Amino acid sequence: MVVAATGDTRILQSDPPPVQGRRRHVLDLDDFTAEELTATLDNADAMRGVLERDVKKVPALRGRVVITLFYEASTRTRISFEEAGKILSADVINMTASASSVEKGESLLNTGLTLQAMGVDVIVIRHPHAGAPHFLARNLANVAVINAGDGAHAHPTQGLLDLYTARAHLGGIAGRKVVIVGDVLHSRVARSAVWGFAGLGASVVLCGPPTLMPDPLVPQGWGTGTGGNGAPNPLADVTVQPDLDAAIEGADLVMALRLQTERQQRGFFPSVREYIRRWQVNDDRMARANTNALLMHPGPMNEGIEVSSRLAHGERSLIEEQVTNGVAIRMALLYQLAGATVVED
Amino acid sequence: MAGRRIMDADEIRRAVTRMFHEILERNHGADELLLAGIRTRGVPLAQRLARHIQDSENAAVPVGRLDINLYRDDLSERPRLRIRPTTMPADVTGRTVVLVDDVLYTGRTVRAAMDAISDLGRPLRIQVAALVDRGHRELPIRADFVGKNIPTRQMELVRVRFCETDGVDDVSILERGAP
Repeated sequence: MVVAATGDTRILQSDPPPVQGRRRHVLDLDDFTAEELTATLDNADAMRGVLERDVKKVPALRGRVVITLFYEASTRTRISFEEAGKILSADVINMTASASSVEKGESLLNTGLTLQAMGVDVIVIRHPHAGAPHFLARNLANVAVINAGDGAHAHPTQGLLDLYTARAHLGGIAGRKVVIVGDVLHSRVARSAVWGFAGLGASVVLCGPPTLMPDPLVPQGWGTGTGGNGAPNPLADVTVQPDLDAAIEGADLVMALRLQTERQQRGFFPSVREYIRRWQVNDDRMARANTNALLMHPGPMNEGIEVSSRLAHGERSLIEEQVTNGVAIRMALLYQLAGATVVED
Repeated sequence: MAGRRIMDADEIRRAVTRMFHEILERNHGADELLLAGIRTRGVPLAQRLARHIQDSENAAVPVGRLDINLYRDDLSERPRLRIRPTTMPADVTGRTVVLVDDVLYTGRTVRAAMDAISDLGRPLRIQVAALVDRGHRELPIRADFVGKNIPTRQMELVRVRFCETDGVDDVSILERGAP
C-alpha cells in the first residue's frame, strides 16, 4: 500500500491473497490483479444494464444482510451502497456510529462481533482511522468487509468507479495519461485510484502543492526499480509534477480532488487564491490536455476552487456519471462477495 | 478424455433444422417471435435458428442474450463470479419469447430465465427450445422444441460444443469429475 510520511496513514500489514480466486474482503485496490480489476468492471457493466431497466430489482442477494457502518459523514457512498444492496434484494441496514452503542463507548471490535453474531453477511465500513476495515476483517471470521473509506488510507470502491467511468469513456485504461490534482497527501481517493489506474497500465501523474504530495511514492518494501522478489514495481509509472500546466500536457483524464480549506490554517498552502491560480482545473488548462480529455471529481465539490464551475458542469465532466456508476460498481462488489459461489470455469 | 459422443456436426445440423421448422409451425410463422439465447451456449444456438428462419421465411427474428446468474437459485449450476450484460434487441412485451439453451436438465435455469424475462416486460407467451433434453427435471417445466432426447444418469455430464464458442460442433456424455 502507499504510505504517506505524514497524516494519519499507518503502515499496514498486507492482507492474505484471495483464496481460490474468491475474494473475501475489499479493503484496498493494492491486492487486485489486473484480471480481477477487469472482471469487476465487466460485472459492473452487467449491473449498469439492471440499473437502466424499468424494474430495477434482481433476486441475486435475497436473504443476505448488508450493514453500512459509518463512523464518518457520507452521502453518496452510503446511499449508493444502500441502493446497490436493495436492487440486488439484500436486506440493507444502516448504522451510524453517532446513534448507536458506539456513543456509549463500545469498541470497534465489539461492535463487529455483535453484528457478526446477528448473522450479518457484509459490513460496509467507513472510519476516520486508517486500517479500521482491515482490523475488522482480521477479527471477524464469517463476515465480508468492504472498506468505504478509512482515514487517508484507501477508498477502493471510489477507485473502482473512477476506473469504470474512465474505461467506459476512453475505451481502455492501458497507456492513457491520468492526472490527479490536489491534496493527494490527505486523499484516500487518490491512494486507491493510483493502484487502480496503475494496475491497468495507465501512467499516473500526481499534481498539487509540494506540501500536499505523499512521500515516499513507492510502496513499502519496494526500491525504485523492483521489489524484493524481483517483481516490477507496480507503481513505476506514477510520477509527481507540481506544475499543473506541465502535468496536464497530453492528459486523457484529469481528476480534481476536494481541497479541504482547513488545510490552509495548518500551513499546507499560502492562500485559497494562490491555490486557485496554480492548481484549479479550468477551461484554459484543459485546453493543454488531449482534445477529448475528460474531467472527474469524487465529490463533494468546492466549485470555483479545485475546479471551475463551467468545467464541472460542461460536456467534458463525468462527475454525475461517476455517481451512477458508483451504484453499479457496488452492486458488482456485493455480488462478488456475497452472491457468486463458484469460480469461473 | 473425449467421452461418449452422442451427436456429431451433421446430426446437430439436422436437429436444428427440424427445431426451426417446429418453431415456425407452432407459431404460424415468425411474426412477433423473439429468440432469447441463455448465455453461454444458448446464444449461438439461437443465432443458428434465427439464420434458418431468415433463409426460409425471409423474416428477421430478433435474438437476445440472457445472463441469468442474478436469478439463479440452484445448486447444480451455482452463480458464476462473472456476469455479463443481458441484451434484448426488442421489447419482449407482446411477443412470443423462445428461451434457447443447449441442455435442458433440472429446469432451474429455465425458471431463472423466465424470471429474468418477466422483469423485462410481459411476453405474450414463453416457450423453451433445447438442443438436448437429458431428463431429471426438478421443476414442472418441459421443452417445447427438443433437438434430441438423451437418457442420462445423474452422475453424467452432457457437454455441448459449438463452433462459435468451442471451435467444434458435437455433443458428448462425460463422467462427472472427468476433465
